[in-house]
Amino acid sequence: MGTIYRKEKEGRRATTWPGTKRAPEELLQYIPEGLRRREPPWLPQVSQGDLVRHYTELSRMNYGVDTGFYPLGSCTMKYNPKLHEELAQHPGFADLHPLFPEEAVQGMLEVLWQLGELLKGIAGMPGVTLQPAAGAHGELTGMLLIRRYFEDQGELEKRTKILLPDSAHGTNPASAAMVGFEVVSVPSNREGTVDLAALEERLGEDVAGIMLTVPNTLGIFERDILRITEMVHDVGGLCYFDGANLNAFLGRARPGDMGADIFHFNLHKTFSTPHGSGGPGAGPLTVSEPLLPYLPIPQIVREDDRFRLFYDLPKSIGRVHSFFGNVLVMVKALAYILTLGDEGLREVSAGAVLAANYLRVRLRDVYRVPYDGLCKHEFVASTANLGVKARDVAKRLIDYGFHPPTVYFPLIVEEALMIEPTETETLETLDHFIEAMRRIAEEAQREPELLAEAPHNTPVRRLDEVKAAREPVLREERP
Amino acid sequence: MEYIPHTRADIERMLRAIGVGDVDDLFSDIPAEIRARYRPLGLSPRSELEVRRELEGRAIKNRRLVPFLGLGLYDHYIPAVVNELSSRSEFYTAYTPYQAEVSQGTLTWMFEYQTMICELTGMEVANASMYDGGTALAEAVLMARRIVGGDKVLVPRSLNPLHRGVVETYCRGAGIEVVDLPFDEAGRLVLEEVPEGVIALIVQQPNGLGIIEDLSGLKERLGDAFLIVSVYPIALGVLEPPGSFGADIVVGEGQPLGNPLSFGGPLLGIFATRRKYLRMMPGRVSGRTVDVEGKEGYVMTLQTREQHIRRERATSNICTNSALCALRATIYLAALGPEGLQQIALLCLERAHELAQEIERIPGFELAFKGPFFNEFAVRCSDPEGVTRDLWEAGFAVVPPVYLERMGVERAFSLALTEKRTEEEIQGVLEVLREHAR
Repeated sequence: MGTIYRKEKEGRRATTWPGTKRAPEELLQYIPEGLRRREPPWLPQVSQGDLVRHYTELSRMNYGVDTGFYPLGSCTMKYNPKLHEELAQHPGFADLHPLFPEEAVQGMLEVLWQLGELLKGIAGMPGVTLQPAAGAHGELTGMLLIRRYFEDQGELEKRTKILLPDSAHGTNPASAAMVGFEVVSVPSNREGTVDLAALEERLGEDVAGIMLTVPNTLGIFERDILRITEMVHDVGGLCYFDGANLNAFLGRARPGDMGADIFHFNLHKTFSTPHGSGGPGAGPLTVSEPLLPYLPIPQIVREDDRFRLFYDLPKSIGRVHSFFGNVLVMVKALAYILTLGDEGLREVSAGAVLAANYLRVRLRDVYRVPYDGLCKHEFVASTANLGVKARDVAKRLIDYGFHPPTVYFPLIVEEALMIEPTETETLETLDHFIEAMRRIAEEAQREPELLAEAPHNTPVRRLDEVKAAREPVLREERP
Repeated sequence: MEYIPHTRADIERMLRAIGVGDVDDLFSDIPAEIRARYRPLGLSPRSELEVRRELEGRAIKNRRLVPFLGLGLYDHYIPAVVNELSSRSEFYTAYTPYQAEVSQGTLTWMFEYQTMICELTGMEVANASMYDGGTALAEAVLMARRIVGGDKVLVPRSLNPLHRGVVETYCRGAGIEVVDLPFDEAGRLVLEEVPEGVIALIVQQPNGLGIIEDLSGLKERLGDAFLIVSVYPIALGVLEPPGSFGADIVVGEGQPLGNPLSFGGPLLGIFATRRKYLRMMPGRVSGRTVDVEGKEGYVMTLQTREQHIRRERATSNICTNSALCALRATIYLAALGPEGLQQIALLCLERAHELAQEIERIPGFELAFKGPFFNEFAVRCSDPEGVTRDLWEAGFAVVPPVYLERMGVERAFSLALTEKRTEEEIQGVLEVLREHAR
């Protein structure tokens, strides 16, 4: 399958446009000569029919949640309700320019305000910003808040370190580094949770805070969470919670009650908004009382029955998005929460944890589960005991019609398969997946080449990644 | 619950397999005192019909003014093929193409997108998207510092104030000083001298006042410091691309390429640079390679720059991006072709200059700057707040004076026109302005 450029023929076109009244040469006089475009960009010249066939064909080479089971650990690939797509495309939302006056967009501001209030309730925290466009953007915003807080306290010079468990997502250390914090790793204990003695050793007045993922990337809830946040608070540090795994305790526990100062949501994970082939998502933050003065501007506030944009926060970190964040994603998340209600929120975490534990107990006699206790919404298995690579098992799963789990993460487990089924898969689907995983384990012993050469029926087979990185070809070249 | 398929019997079977008595036992590892503190939201579950009614009710409450706007987001026509094709759920329900064999659709269009962005901007390599124009610009400054070093960035007063806001936030966090550059009577930036320790000069093309900047000679004066240009991609249908002027990084707000206004999000951050800086670039890229049978295919490549491999030494923390908006941009540009893009740019030029000429005939109104413009321009008058309000009343939205003030322009508002603005709408705006004639 080539790119659209391979389908072009000079003179073909997919759209036509109104004419101008004056000749192009005349209009171009408005642009100073040296700044006028000399040569048009090379864009494909294709017919509308070919264009439609091309992208339809590309879509068929993809695998989405609507295609099948997608147990990609830490990504919460749950079903994306179709109502949400229609609501977000409603012209009353989609055609609003963010510079429209407040009076014209009261319905929109109400949506944002209400979502903010509900997120505060879900997190049990008093402040919110909806601006971050993704989880990592939320983390960066959180790090900016921590920096600004200590700057205001006159402690920025000495608070140079951010503590991170060794099971953390890669975005955590990258976000901390972007605002100049030094990242200090905290090892996990045998149970896969934070080693309290190691944490104690690293705590001091040079610590700005800790970034925790709750439950952690092994799917394990930190039983000592209250002790951990207390220890960090005792040395004057702040606690950042990465909310990628909120599906694990939605409607049952609140980060605010665990000692969190900053908590980011991934609306594209927990709140069912689609992942869009990599984005857009949304990463709103809720914060504790001491951080309220530093939240990004503008804030959305309600005064009587009116909704307003509020800019008067002199200590704010400023703006982290050009406007208000990924608003249409928020419309979908609000629709989801309203549909679920309190009861539904609890059912989500129940279903997610039930499915993950079911898979864990039905697979652990074949695949090693290094931290084999009660897990939350996901668990990590290893293929090391079978003498095969996690990658090969993952690729073979494609032959069985499944999207592979996350592989080689977290880094503390060798040959890791991180499996997150979510609450939206039927028991039959889970059983089919278990069946496939067990057969693959048998194949690994009997016919290992079946794994090594997988996948067999995809549009392309395994690709040469080394070649791609050594001699990067990143664009179509002009003929 | 329609999204959760488990029947009572399914739940029982799973609980038995796990060996716990009931669902609440699955949460026994969360300390009881934390669970006890939980407070429900007070929300009852609702049906699809009820939720639709409630949210559509809010949508209908909003007043869709005719946008003569503005500041990075523009109301361009979106051909039907863009919505239709980007709504295919094999695209929108997939995630990052980690497993290349089942993601050739995404990886192929990413490669197409990279090609189109390089062609538009005149650059050599492009990533597969950032969140928006503002964050793309801020990340460009951070990337420039990794390469050039230094501690200050030159920012024209005429930079889109919303993008400036994001740049200032990121720079403060990263310990970078923002140095303001003035503009002249034509509205063009003035670069007197390049001080020591400069990381980069930011130029917006056209700038926040709508004026077309003269990019020639800037890179020569900057030497090793980076020339970062933030573009309006539609304008590149008629403007010489920044690559021709030696730009080191080109960024921009990609919303105008087939994405709705969306009350400001999701948007699309464009990011392109020179090939020699490829390994310092943030964000994802798709590369062409071959499979074990020698067949051509695409993979995410150069991932050693990225956070999931390089962690605190990554070129950025970005992970989830604006992929679906980039897909829309790809389909949009393929639907336009080179002729369509130029035609849209010419329509913008024509409409904007027609309206500007009419406005200049109204006593008491004048263009704030004499420099050349593309489709956006600032208008000075004695009561810009009153004019803006009256335009709102009449159903038209323009960039209100507060944003011009943030760029250092008093007593002015600004307008932008696209191919969508009709003769009637233009006349409607003129009528309101004429009521304010002096």
